[in-house]
Amino acid sequence: MKNPVLEIKDLRTSFNIKGDYYAAVDGVSITVHENEVVAIVGESGCGKSALALSVMGLHDRKATKLEGQVNFAGQNLLTLTRSRLDKVRGKDIGMIFQDPMTALNPLAIIGRQIEEPMDYHMKLSASEKKKRTLELLRRVGIKNEQRVYEQYPHELSGGMRQRVVIAIALACDPVLLLADEPTTALDVTIQAQIMDLMKELQNQMKTGIILITHDLGVVAEMADRVVVMYAGEVVEIADVKDLFENPLHPYTRSLLNSIPSNMEGKEKLHVIDGIVPSIQNLDRKGCRFAPRIAWIPEEDHEEIPEMHEAAPNHFVRCSCYKTFYFPEDRVGEKEYVATNS
Amino acid sequence: MLKFILRRALLMIPQLILLSLIIFMLSKAMPGDAVTGAFMSNPNVSPEQVEKIREKLGLNDPWYEQYGRWIGKAVQGDFGQSYVHKQPVTSLLAGRIENTVLLSLFTAIVIYLLAIPLGIVAGRWTDTWADKMIVTYNYFAFATPLFIFALLMLFLFSFILGWFPIGGSGNIRIDPGSWEYIVDRAKHLFLPVMSGALIGTYGTIQYLRNDIIDQKIKDYVKTARSKGVPEGKVYTRHILRNSLLPIAAFLGYEITGLISGSIFIESIYSYPGLGQLFLQSIAQRDFTVVTALVMVSGAAVIIGTLLSDIILSIVDPRIRIE
Repeated sequence: MKNPVLEIKDLRTSFNIKGDYYAAVDGVSITVHENEVVAIVGESGCGKSALALSVMGLHDRKATKLEGQVNFAGQNLLTLTRSRLDKVRGKDIGMIFQDPMTALNPLAIIGRQIEEPMDYHMKLSASEKKKRTLELLRRVGIKNEQRVYEQYPHELSGGMRQRVVIAIALACDPVLLLADEPTTALDVTIQAQIMDLMKELQNQMKTGIILITHDLGVVAEMADRVVVMYAGEVVEIADVKDLFENPLHPYTRSLLNSIPSNMEGKEKLHVIDGIVPSIQNLDRKGCRFAPRIAWIPEEDHEEIPEMHEAAPNHFVRCSCYKTFYFPEDRVGEKEYVATNS
Repeated sequence: MLKFILRRALLMIPQLILLSLIIFMLSKAMPGDAVTGAFMSNPNVSPEQVEKIREKLGLNDPWYEQYGRWIGKAVQGDFGQSYVHKQPVTSLLAGRIENTVLLSLFTAIVIYLLAIPLGIVAGRWTDTWADKMIVTYNYFAFATPLFIFALLMLFLFSFILGWFPIGGSGNIRIDPGSWEYIVDRAKHLFLPVMSGALIGTYGTIQYLRNDIIDQKIKDYVKTARSKGVPEGKVYTRHILRNSLLPIAAFLGYEITGLISGSIFIESIYSYPGLGQLFLQSIAQRDFTVVTALVMVSGAAVIIGTLLSDIILSIVDPRIRIE
């Protein structure tokens, strides 16, 4: 087994809403190893972005409560002071943001924005910084790097800006990259280019990556391991091949079943009943997915759903996966005999 | 850049022409004219003589000829004679422009010296006691009428405490250029400047505070933090640069606003500036002076707009013109 780079243990991120704290990330444990791409998937609002921002310490400290541990290089990032944390982020952990249109300072030239982390983490002269920055720009696939160095963000296209955002994250050779939906705000052709770039960079640099996305195509292409989140909890963790070939949790199966290419001659696209509950209205007892698969009898769920190792390195929450079925598959069958897998 | 400034400066010409036309029309539309103003109350001048004088002065010519003469002289700096003061308008304005510009400039400086740090503190440390105090001060400043505040300052610091002179712009007996003269001028300026500045800050403070609150949750600030930039630098390098942009752009308007808006302060402190003269001239129907003053303050607004445009194009790369 390779060395773990980042260990998230029982992380709970709660936001203050009108005086009460509600957990958006509710007891999540994930380990990322060297040179491993871990994808975190789930619907909007499942807590995947909140998780990334918690690791980076980017939540407003006054309105957020962080519990659990985020262990990185022998220290718990959650308990670090601001100045100690600033020595880690930007240097050992880089972050790629979702929307390149807003992630760059509109008033600074591209070159300075890429050099900025070097100002704080590397002892380089001005000319060395510039040399390194031009090199980074070339590496993220920008050809006229001399010109782009002097340009302002508004002079670049969305795809170019996202390349710059990636260059910023890579500026100090991080061992861990957090990519929070790096392609969501881009159009489809650019998405493919950026994904190719990230794959290429990952092959070269051997960094650990946490890739947050709701695009299962991206997951299949990039990830080594997949974490499926629902309503603040991890519901399934598996190697990417296992997950796509043998999804277990009803939520994962429903997600995969909702992809048009998996229809296999069916006429209607599968739709998951109901909506993701908001964090204030979430029922935190029992299986959180139960309300959306109401046809599964209550006794099939665990009272306190735990993670089970259903297969080697394949973890799934709650026991409902054992008896789960899609109602449309059972049309016409009069009787259903539960078969335990 | 130079081309842009030149083009904007050329654009000022039609604006100024239009402004002068409107002012001229308005002054012509007012009842009476220069002759009625000067001789109406004089029983020794008969209506025939008045008509002769009119003819001689060209007041019976078509309006465009009159306008042509007026604007032709005005361009050369000659706005005619003041009926009340019996001296050329230009020489009447000369000393006062300097006084008003000085007053406005110092008021603007004090406003920014106060408002920028206070706005930054309130915006950065929102909902702390410091922020609450600054916001309270702001409401106070916003709600206080300038003429009452200026009167109170005058009453307290000049009349009761006697720390500052009651009015005027300086002691004419002191030799200009000497150190004593500068101190004397400063003493005369202090209360008018403070009266205008202390309650003139609210716009800048409120704008800056709100803009910082807006900026600090923007994505690029998250990017900066994710780079490991210390909090102080997050503000100086990122948030403040963005938040001070509109403030800097507003500088031109602010100064010209102060120049044309100094009427209350100058009247209360009997400070010999343009505002005071404006009020007196309207009361005495001294039309040549009024038109000249409106023209000057109109030109000041146009120049201020140009100044703001130039500043904005220097500080904001997004609208920079190559």
